[in-house]
Amino acid sequence: MSGARGSKALGAYALERLLNAVPLVLGVIVVNFLLVSLAPGDPVTALIGEYPAPPDYVERVRAQYGLDAALPERLLRYLGSVVRGDLGFSFANRQPVATLVIERLGRTLLLMLTTVVFATAVGIVLGVWAARRPHSAVDRGATGFALAGYSIPEFWLGQILILVFAVGLGWLPAGGFRSIRADYAGWAAVVDQVRHMVLPMLALSFRYMAITTRLTRASLLEVMNADYILASRARGLSERRVLWEHGLRAAALPIITVIGYNFGFIVAGSALVETVFGWPGVGRLMYDSIFTRDYPVLLGILLLVSVSVILVNLLTDVAYALFDPRVRY
Amino acid sequence: MAVPVPAAARAAAVGGLAGFWRQFRRHRTGVFGLAVVVVLVLVAVFAPWLAPTDPFTTSRAALQPPGTPGHLLGTDHLGRDVLSGVIWGARVSLIVGLAAAFTATVIGILVGAVAGYFGGWADELLMRVTELFQIIPRFVLALIVVAFFGSGLVNLILVIGILSWPQTARLVRSQFLRHRTLPYVDGARVVGMRAWRIIFVEILPNVLAPVIVVASLDIAQAILLEASLGFFGLGDPNLRSWGGMLNTAQQYVRIAWWMSIFPGLAISLAVLGFNLVGDGLNEATDPRLREGA
Repeated sequence: MSGARGSKALGAYALERLLNAVPLVLGVIVVNFLLVSLAPGDPVTALIGEYPAPPDYVERVRAQYGLDAALPERLLRYLGSVVRGDLGFSFANRQPVATLVIERLGRTLLLMLTTVVFATAVGIVLGVWAARRPHSAVDRGATGFALAGYSIPEFWLGQILILVFAVGLGWLPAGGFRSIRADYAGWAAVVDQVRHMVLPMLALSFRYMAITTRLTRASLLEVMNADYILASRARGLSERRVLWEHGLRAAALPIITVIGYNFGFIVAGSALVETVFGWPGVGRLMYDSIFTRDYPVLLGILLLVSVSVILVNLLTDVAYALFDPRVRY
Repeated sequence: MAVPVPAAARAAAVGGLAGFWRQFRRHRTGVFGLAVVVVLVLVAVFAPWLAPTDPFTTSRAALQPPGTPGHLLGTDHLGRDVLSGVIWGARVSLIVGLAAAFTATVIGILVGAVAGYFGGWADELLMRVTELFQIIPRFVLALIVVAFFGSGLVNLILVIGILSWPQTARLVRSQFLRHRTLPYVDGARVVGMRAWRIIFVEILPNVLAPVIVVASLDIAQAILLEASLGFFGLGDPNLRSWGGMLNTAQQYVRIAWWMSIFPGLAISLAVLGFNLVGDGLNEATDPRLREGA
């Protein structure tokens, strides 16, 4: 297959996946709408929250969503305003919900992306180590770690990390986004930021690392007996190169899939970990919004996070197709 | 080789329940998981007799470290006994875990069976809905629903159950797709058996083994989700749960590590137990894995 034809087909495939995502996004909006409609009491409460709002704003919301109209018309109006980017107003934060959530989303993404990169890298290394000598002590250790990592709640791990590294050893700050009192600039500011990020990232990484370790090990063990691996061994390639180059190529695809599939779980994990460490991202905002009963913020987060999960899945699908020529697109 | 052997026949071939146990016993981690689960069940059942005090009883002995006379695992900021909280919390976790996983399994079987057996537009529609439920972050949606509708035990079970069925549905669907073209199903159809009887009496028993594996992993996930909601302050306010204990512990991490360590350890062990049992069941019921081992 020529390169030009390949990329064209890939474009078509990406477009097809994009079209597939549209009903999902619509579905997410409908779920949101149903939550507003089914919420006990007045839907206005769900749209405004229990924070005291000026009466004229209440009236405006009532008119905007046609709350006296029939359900289908209300759904259309709701769809219309969501498509225009209007997710309501947060009175607790005195900011439009969309602006507020997107601002916080940046900090959460910073934490999540570092976690994904770090956890994937460590997970692959552990998985390869384990697969090199199945049933050895190293393998048992890595497998045991994977099982434990999959079972420990992130937020508890966060508390333990604070206990050990912040309270006990005093090496790292126990929470926050950056040092408030110090006025760092340039390199010092970056170092300060990284120091604040290490513990939340570790807490968030565990589960993900466990999944990647397990997966890398399993897919390596599966391919290590394949003919082409035997062939490269026969050609005299060192075991090390066979493992890292050929084995890993085979493991790459399941790992990509798992990144997409588990993205939603990291979002949840990051909500919990942010709360433990006072990291001012979307998760912390969610925690605060529950106590201020700031419902439009919660619904806005659900919407934006779901849409980003759809996007990440789209990207991983396309990446999968790029990596594996066997995928028919 | 491509002829799938129904699970019932497989179990019979290796000697029924005893044979199954022989297979399961070979996986030491699975047996360990089972032991953890058994202990958890015993603690939950006998909580009133095991716990030194009522988990809500406050005392003037606040923030006492472990080893304090009468408080083996210490006390929290209100002087409540941590050990009693951990023991009673086992009940909450186990009830939510079992009931939510059961709910999810029932929904998953219904959705998957209908989609897989009938195919066509029903399949198309149900799979779209399944995809939607897989995309929406479970924790965030659960949080909102519980915040709206209240965090009583029944609500928690229903919410977690209703959000956890997609994996089972996909599994059951793929199994039904395979089985519906097999001779024994054709035969049932030819003699005029009704669709629902074919689904539940003929096919379902043959596909139950992998469903049970997923169900035990679902229990682990449900326990984790309940604990996460509890940590966000959305547990049943009338019950002492492990997640709820960690919520209060958050403010005292620096001065009272025992408030955090023990409930967290309990969650991790319970989740690990059910995960290991699931793994063990998987290996014991899957002949491919057995021959490979």
